[in-house]
This record gives sequence, C-alpha cells and structure tokens, in this order.
Amino acid sequence: MRLVRRLIGGLILLAVLFAINGWGTAMQQAVNSRPDLQSIAFYRQFSIWWPVVLETGRWITLAVSLNLINGLAGQFSLGHAAFAAIGGYAAGAITVFLGPRLCGDATLAAPGAYPPGWNLLFAASLIAGGMVASAVGFLVGLPSLRLRGDYLAIVTLGMGEVVRVVIEHIEPVGGSLGFNGIPLITNFFWVYLVAIATILAVRNIAQSTHGRALLAIREDEVAAEAMGVPLTRYKVLAFVIGSFFAGMAGGLYAHFQGSIQPQAAGFIESIQIVVIVVLGGSGSITGSVLAAIALTLFPEILRSVRPELEQYRMVLYALLLIVLMLVRPQGIFGGRELSLRGLLARVKR
Amino acid sequence: MQVFLQQLINGLHLGATYALIALGYTMVYGVLRLINFAHGDIFMLGAYAGLFAAVILGVTQSASWGAVFPVILMAMAICAVVGMAIERFAYRKLRTAPRLNALITAIGVSLFLEYGGQLPPMIRIDGFDFPFGAQTKTFPTGILPPTQITTGTGLSLSAVQVLTFVVTLVLMVGLNAIVRRTRIGVAMRAVSADREAAALMGIPTDRVILFTFALGSALAAAAGVLYALDKPTIDPLMGLYVGLKAFVAAVLGGIGSIPGAMLGGFVLGLTETFVAGYLASSWRDAIAFGILILILIVRPTGILGSSVREKV
Repeated sequence: MRLVRRLIGGLILLAVLFAINGWGTAMQQAVNSRPDLQSIAFYRQFSIWWPVVLETGRWITLAVSLNLINGLAGQFSLGHAAFAAIGGYAAGAITVFLGPRLCGDATLAAPGAYPPGWNLLFAASLIAGGMVASAVGFLVGLPSLRLRGDYLAIVTLGMGEVVRVVIEHIEPVGGSLGFNGIPLITNFFWVYLVAIATILAVRNIAQSTHGRALLAIREDEVAAEAMGVPLTRYKVLAFVIGSFFAGMAGGLYAHFQGSIQPQAAGFIESIQIVVIVVLGGSGSITGSVLAAIALTLFPEILRSVRPELEQYRMVLYALLLIVLMLVRPQGIFGGRELSLRGLLARVKR
Repeated sequence: MQVFLQQLINGLHLGATYALIALGYTMVYGVLRLINFAHGDIFMLGAYAGLFAAVILGVTQSASWGAVFPVILMAMAICAVVGMAIERFAYRKLRTAPRLNALITAIGVSLFLEYGGQLPPMIRIDGFDFPFGAQTKTFPTGILPPTQITTGTGLSLSAVQVLTFVVTLVLMVGLNAIVRRTRIGVAMRAVSADREAAALMGIPTDRVILFTFALGSALAAAAGVLYALDKPTIDPLMGLYVGLKAFVAAVLGGIGSIPGAMLGGFVLGLTETFVAGYLASSWRDAIAFGILILILIVRPTGILGSSVREKV
C-alpha cells in the first residue's frame, strides 16, 4: 500500500513539475519572440523573476548537499563550489562534445525546450557530472580522516583553489577563458527534480541508521569511534554523496548560463553556500531550503526596489554572519526541521 | 648561476612578506586556537594605512629613506588598533563557543573588510578615500629613493628589497625580544601553553590576547606597506590570496610556533619563486595550496610544530 501511495505521489510530483515547466518555458518563449510583450507588466515581471526561480533551485541543491557534509556529519567544508564546478565542466563537456553527434543539430532549439533526445543526454550528463564530482569528493574525504575542524576547512579551501588552477590549464574546455557555448538545456523541470531528489536523499539519510552515525561523528568523533562507528567509511560517504549532488547542481548551472568559468570553483562561491547553511542552521534541511530561497530572492528584491543598494549586499552578508554567530550561533532553525505537522500542532494548542 | 641568485633574492623578498604575515596567524592561533581569517585583510588595511600616512605626512614624493619609517610606523599603529577592535567586538564573546563558530565569525570579519573596503568613498582627506572604492589605487613609490644596487655580476637589488630585508630583520629580532624577555611576552607564552591555568595564575588573559592581536596586526601592516611599495597597485581584495598563502606558511612551519612561521614564510616564498621561475608561472597559485594539502596530510604539525595528543 505504502509503495503504491509513494508511486502515485511521485507521479503527481513529476506531473506538477512538468506542468509548471511547460507553462514557464512557453511564457519565456513568448517574451523572447515578441518584444512588445515587455510593455505588459506581468510579462516584464515574469522575465525578471523566472530565471531567479531557476537560480533558487540550484542554491537549494547546493545548500542541502553541503548540509549533509557540514551539518549532519560536522565536517566543515569550504570547497563545495569546487565540486559544483567539476560537475558543471564534466556535464558541459558531455553535451558539447557528444550532443551534436548523438542527438543531432539543435542550434535552433529555444532555451529550456530542447528535443527529447537532448534532454535524455542532459540527464545522463548531469549524473555523469555528479559522479565525477563525487570521485573528487572521495579523494577529499580521505584526508578528512586525519584532519579536524578548522584544518579540514583550510584543506577543502585549498582544494577548491587547486581545482580552479587545474581547470584553467585544461584547454579543450576553454582554459582560463571559461567554457563557452554550452547548450541552454536547463529548465524548471530538471532544476527542481534535482533539488527535490537532493532534499529527499539527504532527509532519508538523516533519518536512517547512517544518519545517526553521521550525527554521532559530528557530536564527538572519539566517542563515536568507541561506540563502533566506522569513521572512515562515514566521513567519506558524506563527502561522496554531498559532492554528487553538488556536481549535478553545477551541471544545471553550466547549461543555464551557457558557460562556466574556472572562478566558479573558487573560495567566494563556496563561502556563499556556507552562509546559506549556517544561516538556516547546520543540520536543518528545511532551514537550508528556506535560507537558500531567502538569500537568492533578497538581493533580487533589493535590486528591483533600490538598485543602488546592490553594492552593500556582500557587506550585509558579512555582518549577517558575524551577528548571527554572536547572537544565534546555531542558525535560525538550529538543528530542528520545520514541518507542516509540527506547525499544525502548534496552531491547535 | 646569476639567474639563480636573482631568483634567490626575489624569493627571500617574497618570503619576508609571507613570514611577517604568518607571524600574526601563528601568534593568534597560539593564544586562541583560532585561524584568524581576517588577518590577510589586516595586511590589506596596512597597505591603505601606509597610503593614508604618506598622504597625511605629505611624503608621497619625498624620495628619502627618512620618510619611509614614519609611514611604516603609522600604518603599524593604525592596524594594531584595528586588530584590537576586531578581537574586542567580534571574537571575545566567542572564546568559549565551539571553534567552528569562531572560524565562521572570522570569515565574516574578512568578508566585511574586503567588501566594506570596496564601498564607494564617503570621506575624502587630502586625496585619500575612505572607504577605498573598488578600483585599484597606485601606492606612492616616490617615498623611497629610486636607488637600484647592481653588483658587478649583474645582480640587482632594488631599494624596496633592501628596505624589506632590513625592516623584516629588525621586526623579527624585536618580536623575539618581546616574546622572550618581556613580562608581556612571558604572559603570551603562558596563555598559549594553557589559557585557563594562566588565568588562574593571575595573568590578565584578556589584555594579553589584545596585545597579541595588536602585535600580529602591526607586523601584517608593515608587510602591507612593504608589499605595496614593491607592487604599487593596491585594492581591497589584495589580502585574500596573500593572506591565504601566509597562512599556508604558518602551517608549513608549524602553527603556533613563532620560529616556524618565519621559516615557513621563507620556504614558501622561495619555493613559489623558484617553481614560477623555472617551471611555469601560471601554476603559481596551485603551489602554495598543493604544499598545504600535502603537509596537512603527511605532517599536520608542520616542520617545527610539536604534536598534541587528544585526551578523552
């Protein structure tokens, strides 16, 4: 019964994603093909906010996957963007070099509305990008066995910078100029399918035996080991799974922008993901999701209301981080989850 | 051979900058067990404070050795105050908090200085803008005489390089004297050995930690001025990479160890210069971080550090 219910739920979810995607893509094409629609407020607003909605989905994926490493397993990583960049480059390389050969010419396809063959290849490239990223995640997970806390943070940071320099030297994917000409296949459906898959995967891990083992490592490594938790396996596992989803987010980003730069692996990108996780509360998945939405929408709202305040965005982030650590170091949600059931219970009382 | 010697001089010059900054990282880590991420930005502030001092003292075109030292001293004083303010307002409350919270705060302070520094200027004093604005500024190299010492074999040593070696040497000898011979230096070592026990022995730990920040920030400021005199463009993000590399130097030498930071700085500076000079300069940034990852995996305590066993 439960399986049937879940299957039906999954199908409904897919249908909803598909419907929203169809509507959004059609709207986008309408706006692109008829510039006169820009004069209608609704269409104008749509063309501003639709890309923001897609961007939000990417940050949700990045934040929730980092939350698995930072929040649940307690391994402070400052190199999450590097995994995303690796995934982005790998997925981009697949669609750029294999796409025209396998799926035919698609130069006339509208952004987000490629033929089915391309979408299939895109899905495969996202997964492949995720796998390449998680292979690197495995390599990074290994030193985390010997390093704790701030040392691990520095090593992951250094790893991100090394990845950036290495990418700058790979000429087939553009070297230091960045990888351009990636087909714009990313659409609402794929972005949110990956985001939901990430949320479900991390939630299920958190609620399983494995999740409890990760929490034990976060709370006290020595005690966890004494209780028989295999530290090696779980730490590497957290890195492998977290970097897999980050790699998929990177693939989505590359096919959304149509290009990806080596700087995407750098320190500043990683910090932004960390800010989201810390703000939402490390360990809280709903916290990460809401913080990702808030921190993606906030600068856009700021830009549309008072464009001159845009330059204060990073300063505000910094102050937010400092004040948060002084006033509420556990983040807005602490380790807790926001649930519909919990809210209802509170309202009833 | 001549190229080698020239690279050696350049490497030592770069290493001196790294060493001066690394000392601040290592001393703060010693007393607080905190990686002070904002330290690289204190280095950046040092360069701007030097610019400010040169403008205020009106020595931007003086071309004399006498004018350089007040500029450096003033920059050191300004940054010492900034460093103490950061400790007082951002870090002090977090001393008992988990170490990661302090690290996140340090990242926050670093971002604040970097992006706060890029804000458009609001105050303007004699052509010095505050905040600094996002564009790069040119540091007045005219403070120094344009001397260039060239030996018979064709080796060249610029005035900045001579100044850097002299100032670094003086500061290191001075720091050594402070740490080894003065009361506050003994107190610093006591706090770094065991903060609680030091407090029980009547050492005013708050004041010692403030002093450590002042000392570290002053050294970073001196490095900032010397660095800016050499590469005359400065910008609010200049501290990011130099700071990270100086941190690598501190880890390389053994974090918490003062001689280690000096050694680590010079080793890193030499390695970077030689690899960039003989192999490929575009890999420059990867070298420092490659060394970092390697050293942390192979010998996390660094060259001169001692290992601490975790007790349960």
